[in-house]
Amino acid sequence: MNYWVAFQTLVIKEILRFSRIWVQTVLPPAITTALYFVIFGTLIGSRLGEMDGYRYIDFIVPGLILMAVITNSYANAVSSFYQAKFQRNVEEMLIAPIPHWVILAGYVCGGVARGVVVGVLVTIVSMFFSDLSIHSYGITLAVFVLTSVLFALAGFINAVYANSFDDISIVPTFVLTPLTYLGGVFYSIDLLPPFWQEASLFNPVLYMVNAFRYGLLGVSDIPISTAFHIILGFIVALFAFALYLLKKGIGIKS
Amino acid sequence: MKALEIHNLEKTYANGPHALRRIDLEVEEGDFFALLGPNGAGKSTTIGIICSLVNKSAGAVEVFGNDLDLAPERVKSCIGYVPQEFNFNPFEPVAEIVINQAGYYGIPRTEAKRRAEGCLKQLELWGKREEQARDLSGGMKRRLMIARALVHHPRLLILDEPTAGVDIEIRRSMWDFLHQINASGTTVILTTHYLEEAESLCRNIAIINDGEIAERAAMHEMLRRLHQQDLVLDLREPVDEAPVVDGYPISRTGPCTLEVLVPPGHDLNPLFDGLSAQGIQVLSMRNKQNRLEQLFLNMVKNHREHSA
Ligand SMILES: Nc1ncnc2c1ncn2[C@@H]1O[C@H](COP(=O)(O)OP(=O)(O)OP(=O)(O)O)[C@@H](O)[C@H]1O
Ligand SMILES: [Mg+2]
Repeated sequence: MNYWVAFQTLVIKEILRFSRIWVQTVLPPAITTALYFVIFGTLIGSRLGEMDGYRYIDFIVPGLILMAVITNSYANAVSSFYQAKFQRNVEEMLIAPIPHWVILAGYVCGGVARGVVVGVLVTIVSMFFSDLSIHSYGITLAVFVLTSVLFALAGFINAVYANSFDDISIVPTFVLTPLTYLGGVFYSIDLLPPFWQEASLFNPVLYMVNAFRYGLLGVSDIPISTAFHIILGFIVALFAFALYLLKKGIGIKS
Repeated sequence: MKALEIHNLEKTYANGPHALRRIDLEVEEGDFFALLGPNGAGKSTTIGIICSLVNKSAGAVEVFGNDLDLAPERVKSCIGYVPQEFNFNPFEPVAEIVINQAGYYGIPRTEAKRRAEGCLKQLELWGKREEQARDLSGGMKRRLMIARALVHHPRLLILDEPTAGVDIEIRRSMWDFLHQINASGTTVILTTHYLEEAESLCRNIAIINDGEIAERAAMHEMLRRLHQQDLVLDLREPVDEAPVVDGYPISRTGPCTLEVLVPPGHDLNPLFDGLSAQGIQVLSMRNKQNRLEQLFLNMVKNHREHSA
């Protein structure tokens, strides 16, 4: 059995899906980010001093890019898989001789693809507002991809449990957004009182934002290797859990 | 070789219904098999388990000798499945649905496109290939699901009420199509509520009722078991009263129509001889009720009484 073909098919289908509805999927993050840059970067940011030795607008660029990547890889996996459940076309995959890990990999790559497309778009937008230079291509790219893998997995798990369209927006609204906003996108945690600095260390998004910022600017609130260990640890755990859910048929088989 | 073997299959859904109670079923390779039964009998549940869409509670399923638990991928490769309810992405173009399904079976994209073209042409959907699936009519959607089920050339085709909501003309052409598919060597299992469909297509049938197999036999044998036939005769000239023919109870239901109860084992020749002798000319004859329908209703009724 040729799993590669099945995997390719899944990825192509996913990419076509979000491309067909690009006005809802790819365009909004570009507009939102441009607004962030105008408001926080140019209007307000020009009145702020430097952060970690960088102009405020340059400081928030990495966080804003990564925020778009996180939101979009998550949104793609959760809405696509939930839709497949809801419309029952998930059955097309379940009746076919595809192992669960290939299905999962297909959805994750779909999420990564949208994360990357949006990330690149937002990066292009940010070039209009700040002088983006890349400190380390390797680290930037690695964080970029690993973060979207992680959040595509999380979105997939959300979809497995979701029973209504409301269920697919609860987690992004009440968990994802607070975690990203409090994950040091807009500030360095050095600015926080000691207690909140400690508390922030429990937020996984903090590590990704800082690792990404290190990739672009070369500054970070936390050690880079810790960040990678944490990201990889989450990926392994979520992948295993998602596979377990698929094997049990939770939410998709009665 | 057996295309399908089911032993002691049990299904209890999480929220209660005991849908299948120790079902045994065998279907020979090359057969055209009908799985009949009233609403809620357990037909779709059985098919769902065979196609890996429903988890079984107990029992064993083998498809062409491959055990569903031990070699699920081999089982899946053998089966083409046409579900009872639409289960494609309505926003996807028709051709893409079929091409993607081929891809899931490991068929490379260029080959998948070629095959999708063949299947869509066979089911007269080629002209609609670029339309979104939701824009198809109900009958076309059914045909789309058949095209999708055939794209990997399955050895066993399972259709769950494929002709529900399909007009008579297309239903007939679907029958011809399924006939061809079967003649070319594909084993076909079909559920339907149109018993004439089962009668004209299938060689063997099983009747399932309340999660149990109530009857399993060859079609001709099943039909022979009908105790009596209820015939309606249309006459050329009106008659004033019912004629008398020895051994054939006849009643007059209209000036030009008679109803005859033909007892089991009786030929029709003496009946016509008797009528001709009385100068009565018969224009046409039909069964009062579809024969299989009658049998079906009796069996389900008996099974219910028996279980109660
Ligand atoms: N997903 C499900 N969850 C819970 N119960 C179910 C589910 N699917 C079917 N059932 C129950 O299982 C029993 C058998 O249903 P099934 O769909 O197999 O019947 P069927 O023979 O296909 O009927 P129909 O002719 O109406 O399609 C019914 O009592 C039904 O309510
Ligand atoms: Mg059914």
